[in-house]
Amino acid sequence: MSTQQQGLTPGKPAIWNDPHYRALFFQILLIIGLGAFLYIIVNNTLSNMESRGISTGFAFLSERAGFDILQKLIPYSADSTYGRTFIVGLLNTILITVLGIVLATVLGFIVGIARLSKNWLIAKIATVYIEIFRNIPLLIQIFFWYFVVLRAMPRAKESLSFGEMFYLNVRGMNTPYPVPGEGFDFTMIALAIAVIAAFIVRSWAKKRQQATGQQFPIFWTGLGLIIGLPLIVFLLSGSPLTWDMPVFKGFNFRGGMSIIPELLALLIALSIYTAAFIAEIVRSGILAVSKGQTEAALSLGLQPNQNLRLVVIPQAMRVIIPPMTSQYLNLAKNSSLATAIGYPDLVAVFMGTTLNQTGQAVEIIAMVMAVYLTISLTISLFMNWYNAKMSLVER
Amino acid sequence: MYVTDKMLPALPAPSNSNGPIHWLKNNLFSSPINAVLTLLALYFLYILIPPAINWAIIDADWFAETREGCSREGACWAFINNRFGQTIYGFYPPEAQWRVNTAFLALVLLCIPLFIQSFTKKGWLGAFILLIFPFIAYVFIHGGSFGLEIIGTDKWGGLMLTLIISIIGITLALPLGIILALGRRSEMPIVKSVSVIFIEFWRGVPLITILFMSSVMLPLFLPEGSDFDKLARAMIGIILFQAAYVAEVVRGGLQAIPKGQYEAAVAMGLTYWKSMFLVILPQALKLVIPGLVNTFIALFKDTTLVLIIGLFDLLGMVENVLGSDSKWLGFHTEGLVYTAFVFWAFCFAMSRYSMSLERKLHTGH
Amino acid sequence: MSKANTKAAMDDYIIRMINLNKWYGNFHVLKDINLDVKQGERIVVCGPSGSGKSTLIRCINHLEEHQKGQIIIEGEELTGDIKHLEKVRTNVGMCFQHFNLFPHLSIMDNLTLAPIWVRKTPKAEAEADAMKYLERVKIPDQADKYPGQLSGGQQQRVAIARSLCMNPKVMLFDEPTSALDPEMISEVLDVMVELAEEGGMTMICVTHEMGFAKQVADRVIFMDAGQIIEENVPEEFFNNPQSERTQLFLSQIIH
Repeated sequence: MSTQQQGLTPGKPAIWNDPHYRALFFQILLIIGLGAFLYIIVNNTLSNMESRGISTGFAFLSERAGFDILQKLIPYSADSTYGRTFIVGLLNTILITVLGIVLATVLGFIVGIARLSKNWLIAKIATVYIEIFRNIPLLIQIFFWYFVVLRAMPRAKESLSFGEMFYLNVRGMNTPYPVPGEGFDFTMIALAIAVIAAFIVRSWAKKRQQATGQQFPIFWTGLGLIIGLPLIVFLLSGSPLTWDMPVFKGFNFRGGMSIIPELLALLIALSIYTAAFIAEIVRSGILAVSKGQTEAALSLGLQPNQNLRLVVIPQAMRVIIPPMTSQYLNLAKNSSLATAIGYPDLVAVFMGTTLNQTGQAVEIIAMVMAVYLTISLTISLFMNWYNAKMSLVER
Repeated sequence: MYVTDKMLPALPAPSNSNGPIHWLKNNLFSSPINAVLTLLALYFLYILIPPAINWAIIDADWFAETREGCSREGACWAFINNRFGQTIYGFYPPEAQWRVNTAFLALVLLCIPLFIQSFTKKGWLGAFILLIFPFIAYVFIHGGSFGLEIIGTDKWGGLMLTLIISIIGITLALPLGIILALGRRSEMPIVKSVSVIFIEFWRGVPLITILFMSSVMLPLFLPEGSDFDKLARAMIGIILFQAAYVAEVVRGGLQAIPKGQYEAAVAMGLTYWKSMFLVILPQALKLVIPGLVNTFIALFKDTTLVLIIGLFDLLGMVENVLGSDSKWLGFHTEGLVYTAFVFWAFCFAMSRYSMSLERKLHTGH
Repeated sequence: MSKANTKAAMDDYIIRMINLNKWYGNFHVLKDINLDVKQGERIVVCGPSGSGKSTLIRCINHLEEHQKGQIIIEGEELTGDIKHLEKVRTNVGMCFQHFNLFPHLSIMDNLTLAPIWVRKTPKAEAEADAMKYLERVKIPDQADKYPGQLSGGQQQRVAIARSLCMNPKVMLFDEPTSALDPEMISEVLDVMVELAEEGGMTMICVTHEMGFAKQVADRVIFMDAGQIIEENVPEEFFNNPQSERTQLFLSQIIH
């Protein structure tokens, strides 16, 4: 009986030859090795910092910063704390990242589609654009826009003006700033209602099409609502919006909104550079949809714009969005080049000035890296979710 | 019922459906919108290109001793001409520049057999170039042995430094990246987690923060008193950074190898490392060569960032020359255009090469 | 080849090609093609590769443009006119060698896409029609699957059903079985035979399947180097080919 049972269960090798135990052993070694390595580093760091008189901990965040920042989206002065410096820098980084993503996407799509145009001249210009701006380092492009183009702008007194409203000069750009008056809230409420109404119309029109087959111009109706309704309310309530216009008095502009040249240069360079990559991604995405799909759609009688909307673009977006989110991530990371020209982003004010003043390199660098890692991880998670949701169902 | 044995000749296409006028009509003016776009594009090119050519070539001054020698109408390339050596070698003493030249020439000569079809020892040559040659070149350029005078890394700069950083960066990042890629695909959970964390960390942060970290934090990590060469500090950061990107590219290659290859290697009795080294990696690396070239191009462009931590690559050198030498103040445009052109020429050539490689390898598979 | 130009004669024919010539760049791919197709006729076009047979049928629904000659569909000449083109394409259905199903839509959505957006059919009615055609091609249970989940033969049958949902008067087939594994060819051919015999559909098929031609075709056309070499009823065509080129071709494919 026992010999029979012995034959049923597979024999086990000696522990040192068993792959499971070897793997376990190797991993334990790895953990110990890493742990020792980290321990040595932390030890060294602490003793080095002590001997250099650098304090540790995050107490510095409540100390007085002692310096002002060129562009601040929230109130800030030299008396603010380092903690506030961090927030101001972070907001500046987010600002340029968001603006950059919007501009780069728009420009990238335009150039990408232009590259596929049947118009030979337009297609060639788009190709030249891509090949030039992809192959020149971003830092050089930033320097070019900042030191060459914007420095060449005239003095404030002789600004380039566009319609007496926008002024471009060596100190940046001055634009009108909207000042909502009394009763402007109604316009805002009207806007919110219009957006909701547009969605309701869309729902209704889709149901109607399913039931009766009749089509309804959803897009134009929605657009008309979103623009028209708030506009009517605005006019009826007496146009309660004034513009604070920039006016040149004395030595500089008063009023209005001023945009520092650092932001302009960084934004233009980032957008143009990233757009070149996005253009290639858009082109690959559209080319990835095989010609046969369009042929089948047209053979069924679909019009070209229906073919684009229902067949080509849905398939192209699947191919476009993953690499495009990578480019967005690159743009966010590249915004840190702001340090080179003095745009006060997170790296410049926190990892630059603050680190210089407090010397607390470890904490500061860790905080800054944590911010970027959070951005990266968020985008990665979004991408995984998107890929899972959109992957074509296959056997 | 129909039959013919008369084969019709192939006629040329009717003149209105072929030929230059037809091409113009179809490609440039096929619809009102296209016609407008074409005219706008032509106008745009007209206001952009002739003035640029005027500035850069026709009105430019190529040779002069000081800035007075340059008229202000065109570009003043004279200053680049005058300081050309510095933009290439940095502060490396001119009398010793033959060492740098020799090292790079040797590299180029060593690489030539890689392009010859019939050369069979490409693997060995490649390994030598990647793993052994950098050390020889370093000793040669840095000096200190064989009677060569020591020329410290603080004197290295210009295009030479850009090339050294990129080449050393990729050659040392490659083995590390391969190990990380293998680790990420490993079934051992600890190994896999450590690899994933490492890769996602270095890919998730901007290179600037890594350079800062290298130059500021690295000295803190080391025992009291040991000083660290600035270039070496930057290189460590760059290598770890690149390794993460290389790892992802190699991982793509490993994923593309059919499972049957892994199974065949195991079935033959090869151990893990032997099967990787002899069967899987050669195929995977061949697949991702275009991706690796692209990673190298990205690194080449990223080297410009080292000027922020005080190293003088090509861009840094040009900026430095402009700033320090009062003879040449005010020619920032020329400096930037020159630097942009040099980078563009390298990157464009490499990207063309990478695309042709991709086409060649694609058909082979 | 009757070239009668009286209106009465033209009304008999659903498709007429008169002196059709096409060039790709400078390459003369279709040379003086004359072909008249009556309503309800089944025509098989065969020939060596590069003979222009696919190009020929792709000219009918204007996927390819012709430079010389005329194509007249239901009495109206085919030019680049967009309005006419849409009408033509709803009346002429096409099946491709590589099926070209829309991978991001379910089978049901594939079938109802054109009826909903082109004929403005209500969704419920479009789906009911679609199910009818799915049953006719014998795969009603796959309605909620996606193309990627189906075999090649099933995909091609779905493609046929998709074209049928638009109720075309003519069906064009561009080598519908050439991309299929051998065991799936007969299921597609069965559908095509049923379409011809029970449905009375006018069909123009480019194919190498000579068994299908013998069973169903009214005329077999042999093309080579861009022109029609021989045209005959199947019995005569296969048993008594007149031209040397036809004989050579037949000897190569029937073995």
